[in-house]
Amino acid sequence: MTRILLDPTGERSVPHREPLPRPASLHGQVIGLLDISKPRGDVFLNRLEELLTGAGAVVRRYRKPTFTKPAPVDLRHEIATQCTLVIEALAD
Amino acid sequence: MSRGTAPLLPDGLVVVVKRECETCRMVAPLLAEIGATVYTQDDPAFPEGVPAIHDEELAVSWHHEIETVPTLIRVVGGVEVERTVGWARADWQRITGVTGLGADLPVMRPGCGSMSVDPDLEHHLAARFGGSALHSRRIELADLDDDIEAMFDRGFSDGLPVVPPTEERVLRMLTGTTRSPQDVVAVVPPDLVEVTVEKVAVNAVMAGCLPEHLPWVIAAVEAVCTDEFNIHGVLATTMPVGPVLICNGPGTRAVGMNSGVNVLGQGNRANLTIGRAVQLVVRNVGGGRPGEVDRAAHGNPGKLSFCFAEREQDSPFTSLAVSRGFAPSADTVTVFAGEGPRCIVDQKARTAEELANAFAACLRTLHSPKLVLAFDAVLVVGPEHARVFAEAGWDRDRLLAELHARLQIPGSELVHGAMGIADGVPEHLRDATLPKFRDGGILLVHAGGGAGLFSAIIGGWANGATGSHPVTKEVHR
Repeated sequence: MTRILLDPTGERSVPHREPLPRPASLHGQVIGLLDISKPRGDVFLNRLEELLTGAGAVVRRYRKPTFTKPAPVDLRHEIATQCTLVIEALAD
Repeated sequence: MSRGTAPLLPDGLVVVVKRECETCRMVAPLLAEIGATVYTQDDPAFPEGVPAIHDEELAVSWHHEIETVPTLIRVVGGVEVERTVGWARADWQRITGVTGLGADLPVMRPGCGSMSVDPDLEHHLAARFGGSALHSRRIELADLDDDIEAMFDRGFSDGLPVVPPTEERVLRMLTGTTRSPQDVVAVVPPDLVEVTVEKVAVNAVMAGCLPEHLPWVIAAVEAVCTDEFNIHGVLATTMPVGPVLICNGPGTRAVGMNSGVNVLGQGNRANLTIGRAVQLVVRNVGGGRPGEVDRAAHGNPGKLSFCFAEREQDSPFTSLAVSRGFAPSADTVTVFAGEGPRCIVDQKARTAEELANAFAACLRTLHSPKLVLAFDAVLVVGPEHARVFAEAGWDRDRLLAELHARLQIPGSELVHGAMGIADGVPEHLRDATLPKFRDGGILLVHAGGGAGLFSAIIGGWANGATGSHPVTKEVHR
């Protein structure tokens, strides 16, 4: 006999999203570096900034108030409107 | 009968009866005389001599909320204008307009229960005819599906079998609260999805809750989804913590929670299912699954369920909830981001001072003897230990003050490298004295079995604004 159950999930349908094409060059790209406030994340990001700047990119730095909570909406919006690429330093 | 469409009653007089009811059999001879449309619940041949309509599926009875048979209704223009239940001669005479109706019958006879409110049937009927009140997506299982395996396959389980959330079970669960099924309880991290009372009820069914447990689950879900508790961080941390639910108030006894023997262990339905339901909401609605946002290196068995009640009835201490500003009569849930419990053993102390020394020595080692101020703890004082403090006249405030006084640690014992341990505080704090816990960082609870000179410590996660702060919510039916 057919049984009907109720879906216990948040019922979010997550559509498959294709990643953007890789940029042909870093030259002229505005790259956001997001520090999530984990110890020594800045060491990693400082080195990345050197390398990216050397490759002709413009680097902008951002920082989450705390690594334990999602980035605030305003910060995400700021990055999305100011940058063409973003790199997040996930953890120490 | 399709769900949700109420069958209209014909104009005039309507009577609902069943043969099994003695009062129905008594009034049966009158039904032809008053020219009523008769619906019969159990036997299509009853009453004899009247062309009764068999309400076989009980659709008419359910939709028109027949609770007693016989029920006499007067309908005008498709709308009920008057009803009486059982046999009350004056009411029947007034509603039918037949003077002298049933003059030879007693003045009054109570009726019998309608089949539509039979406890074995009512939730089935509610699902069949009222199921459209539920908004959750339906999952249809095929004939050959095993219900339990199907739930595992879809990723809905915490690793143990779950109760399949049928419409009947979810509707029955919702009788545990006066809140509307579509009320939003909270926004659940990490996916930040709004969770309704209905979705909480679905997961409470899966956890094995009874309807009276639902308000506790709702309050705990509200609490864990606050910014202060920070369930996102509690999930994402590599530390082994999860929500620990500490319940207070007379309702803990009313719903059968355990605060005594084996209080932090297995065997009590209310404790286990309420804690489990909260975790299932986080998993299924919020999307907080191990290996995804839940990055715990080890976790702990309490992440299946960790919920218990304070033993208030014979506690020498003010309860945790009262110490947090709630009335003794309030039912509350306090959520704490905690790891598994560890035991404090002291079977020799006969003075409060000796026992406080033992407590402090154990508390000092929480997470690391070298780390201070970063973590809170729940201190579960067992009744035999509590008696030692009570006999010395120590109340909650005195015991906590004595513990904090014993947990002031010289910086020389805490700096990097001290005790041969690299972890610790910076060298410049060598001459400082640092407290192990912040103010309010020890949550004292009285719980456990009556025999055993033991207590327990439940260690916390990072405290404060970037970590988790304990949150208490009142439980409302």
